[in-house]
This record gives sequence, C-alpha cells and structure tokens, in this order.
Amino acid sequence: MTTGVHGPTRAAIDEKTLRQDRWWLPPLTTFVVFSAFVVYATVRAFMGSDYYASPYLSPFYSPCLGDCVEGASDFGQPFRAWPLSAALLILIFPLGFRMTCYYYRKAYYRAFWLSPPACAVAEPKTKYTGETRFPLLIQNVHRYFWYAAVLVGLVLSFDVVLAFRNEEHEWGHMGLGTLLMLINVVFIWLYTLSCHSCRHTVGGRLRHYSKHPVRYKLWTWVSRLNTDHGRYAWYSLFSVALVDLYIFLIANGTIEDVRFF
Amino acid sequence: MGYQLKMRVWRGDESGGDLGDYTVEVSEGEVVLDALHRVQATQAGDLAIRWNCKAGKCGSCSAEINGRPRLLCMSRLSDFEEDETITVTPLRTFPVIRDLVTDVSFNYEKARELPSFAPPPRDADNKRRMAQVDVERGQEFRKCIECFLCQNVCHVVRDHEENKPAFSGPRFFLRYAELDMHPLDTHDRRELAQGAAGLGMCNITKCCTEVCPEGIKITDNAIIPMKERVVDRKYDPLVWLGNKIGLRTKDNDGRTEV
Repeated sequence: MTTGVHGPTRAAIDEKTLRQDRWWLPPLTTFVVFSAFVVYATVRAFMGSDYYASPYLSPFYSPCLGDCVEGASDFGQPFRAWPLSAALLILIFPLGFRMTCYYYRKAYYRAFWLSPPACAVAEPKTKYTGETRFPLLIQNVHRYFWYAAVLVGLVLSFDVVLAFRNEEHEWGHMGLGTLLMLINVVFIWLYTLSCHSCRHTVGGRLRHYSKHPVRYKLWTWVSRLNTDHGRYAWYSLFSVALVDLYIFLIANGTIEDVRFF
Repeated sequence: MGYQLKMRVWRGDESGGDLGDYTVEVSEGEVVLDALHRVQATQAGDLAIRWNCKAGKCGSCSAEINGRPRLLCMSRLSDFEEDETITVTPLRTFPVIRDLVTDVSFNYEKARELPSFAPPPRDADNKRRMAQVDVERGQEFRKCIECFLCQNVCHVVRDHEENKPAFSGPRFFLRYAELDMHPLDTHDRRELAQGAAGLGMCNITKCCTEVCPEGIKITDNAIIPMKERVVDRKYDPLVWLGNKIGLRTKDNDGRTEV
C-alpha cells in the first residue's frame, strides 16, 4: 500500500515535494565534503608515514602510541607491537565522537541516508525505525566518546605547546605549523565543549538550577557555545585536515615550514 | 501598488483533488492568507481555509506554501517575486478534509496520551514554590502555539503513516522535556518518552526547528536534552551504577516513574 505523502487519506498531490528552492544543495555539499574528508582521512590513517615533522605531530597520529618515528611518541609506545598504522589506534575516538555527534547525525542522515534529504521532501525509503534498533541504538553512547574527546583535546593542546619549539626542540620558536595547530586546537575545543552531551553533563540533566548555581552558570556558557555546534563541527573538520596536510607536505619534503621566529 | 498575483491552490477532498489556477489582485504589505481570502471572496466562494487570528498566535492557518510548511498569515507576499506563482496546498501529513483544511486530530490523541503535570502537595502555607531561574527554563517551550507545523514536517510520520501509533512527534517531545525539567513535577517521564512516545524514532534532522514559527529550538533544547535524559535512565551503565550505590540520586528525588 502506498504510504507517506501519497497515502490514501492525504491530499492527492503527485509531486514528492513542491519546494522550488535549491533544497538539494546543502545535502549534496555535505555529501561531497564529508566523502572527500573520509577518503583523505582513510588514506592518511593507513599510510603510516609522513606524520611527524619536528616539532609538529599530525593530529591524526596524536598521541602516537604504536611503533612511531623518533620524537613523535610523547606518551611512550605501549602498542609498539601493533602491526598497522599508529593512527588506527587513536582515530577511533575522534571518529566515534563525530559519528555519534548530534550535529553530524543530522548532516549524514540527510546527505547519505536521505532520511529525509531536506525538510518536506519525501524520503525514498518505505520503512523507517529511526534510532530504536541496533546498530543505530549505539548512537546513545555519544557521551562516552565525548569523555574520550576531552582527553584527545588535552593531548592536542599539549602538542601545540610542543610546537613552540624549533626542529632541534629548543623552546621559544614558532612557525606557520604552530599557528595552524593552534587554530585547529581552538576549533577542536569549541567543537568538544559545545557538544550536546557536554551541555547535559555540566548541568542540563538537573531539575533544580536554583540549587546548583555553579553548574547553572556552566550550563549557560555551554548553551551559548552549543548554538554554533554545527559550525564548529565544520571548522574543526577543515582545520584538522589542513594541519595534517601541512605536516604531511613538510614531512615528505614537498614544502618547507615557514618559521616566524 | 497592487499587482496581479498568480496562485495555484489545492482543491479537493479525501476522494481526490488537484491544483487550481487563480489570478488575484493583491496589494503591498499583504500576506498569503489575504490573497486566499480575496480568491475566496471573488472567485471561489467555497474554498475551505482554517484561520482565526491573522497574527501568528492561534496556529490555525498552517499550510504548505511552495512546498514549505508555513503559517498563511505570517507569509508575506513581499518574500516572493511579483511574477512568481505561489502554490498553496494543505498539510501533507494529516488526512485532508477539504481544500486547505486537514484533520489534525492525531495531535490531540497524542496530547491525551501524555500524563499531565503532577505537582506535589502544597507547602504548609498552602503555596507551591519554585525559583525564578527554574520558572524561566520552561518559558521557551510555552511559546508553542500548537500550529502543528513541526508535526507535519516530521518525516517519521509524514513519510511513514504506519509510525503514527508509536510516535508522538516534536510538539509532544517539547512537552515531555518541559515537564521532565520541571522541579515540581512528581512524574518521571523518561521511560514513557522513550517507550510510548517513540523518542528513539527521531533522528534529529531538525526540520521541526526549521519550520517553527515561534522560533523554538525544539531539537537542541527539548528533543536532544530528552534523549540524553533517556540515556541516563536506560543506556548509561555508570548512571545505573551511581543510582545503585546512592551517588546519583538527583534524577529521582521526589518523583516516580509513570
């Protein structure tokens, strides 16, 4: 039986949507950019080389816990026996954080699942159960990935501090890579702290704000950031890819780092 | 300055219908509802439209204009080009009654399924108290005018009629959230929101927020917080453990599950 907007009780209109604007442009853009990022990140993650150009460590490989090149492992090499790229050990956390993120879910449900492709545009699938069943039930672990993302954020911040050195690891220097890493970590923190699970954890879950003034204050700050969560998701996606690309190009000798001082 | 506006308006009932063409004179500053009223007054006396306040506060004149769910009375003609044809159809999620009027009783059935506010006994001086900061939290949700545009645009029921029995829709998730955040409510509604209301069906694609004429951030401020509360209740092992050993009791104080 026909269902949805062509169901028997609904107004008989042949078109799946009567929208005349370019409603397909945002999901198409998301599809193209996300796909490009996934391809780039996959290639870089499996590459296992050109991720460290002293003093810069690519965010895809940080912390470098596998069998990494000299100088890259600031937290030791507990997984030295791991036969594959060290990025694969660590990327699962930021990847999981973004895959279960409430903003990214909206974006990829629209762009990849077409569920729906845009508002008031009929989706192609005939059956829909939302996030009630496995595997999409797993989206509920988002807060655990957020806990991990905070740790990753701290590690990336430490990397930025280390980037204020020169190639010989002498302090008090800065290059274009340092600046890019600094910008990246700011966007990473904005994205991480504007997370909906963060908002819930710091105070959203309470029922009496009047009894918890400090957490209420924290909640208002996170709420302010949260309104731009989607924007930070995009900015940090670009910045992390850009930093990795910059370090990749230095490490394989294509370009030289621009040193400020 | 008046001009001739070309319109296509859906005419028909449950047995069928079609888009009819009309050309009507309109003036500067008018809204789509004004144009439809002029069509009704001059060319189609039997055109059925549900409307009331003409001020965006009663929520009666919900329809779809060029495929987008909107209030007819809040859609200014100046937002469209003068030579543009404006297409108006009824809401496409609910059963059509006639022309632009649909049967929205689905929403009232869902409202009845939602247990109402259950305050505790009054204080000794026969009053109930809550702090201003807690009062303010729910004010955004109370702006809802029940136009049901969010219910209409939600693909869970718009594209899947079979989901209607198991899904309350964004308007009622808003109400669940408002009550669950209310410091005086004695009902714990998290289990109900997840089970009977079908909160898990929502995939947070935010169309409800996009169409809300009151600008309520339905997804960010009601649905996602409610989803997080359901995670506390159903899926988070640390919260469960905290509950068991008495470290995490604030979720339950003074309320019981419905």
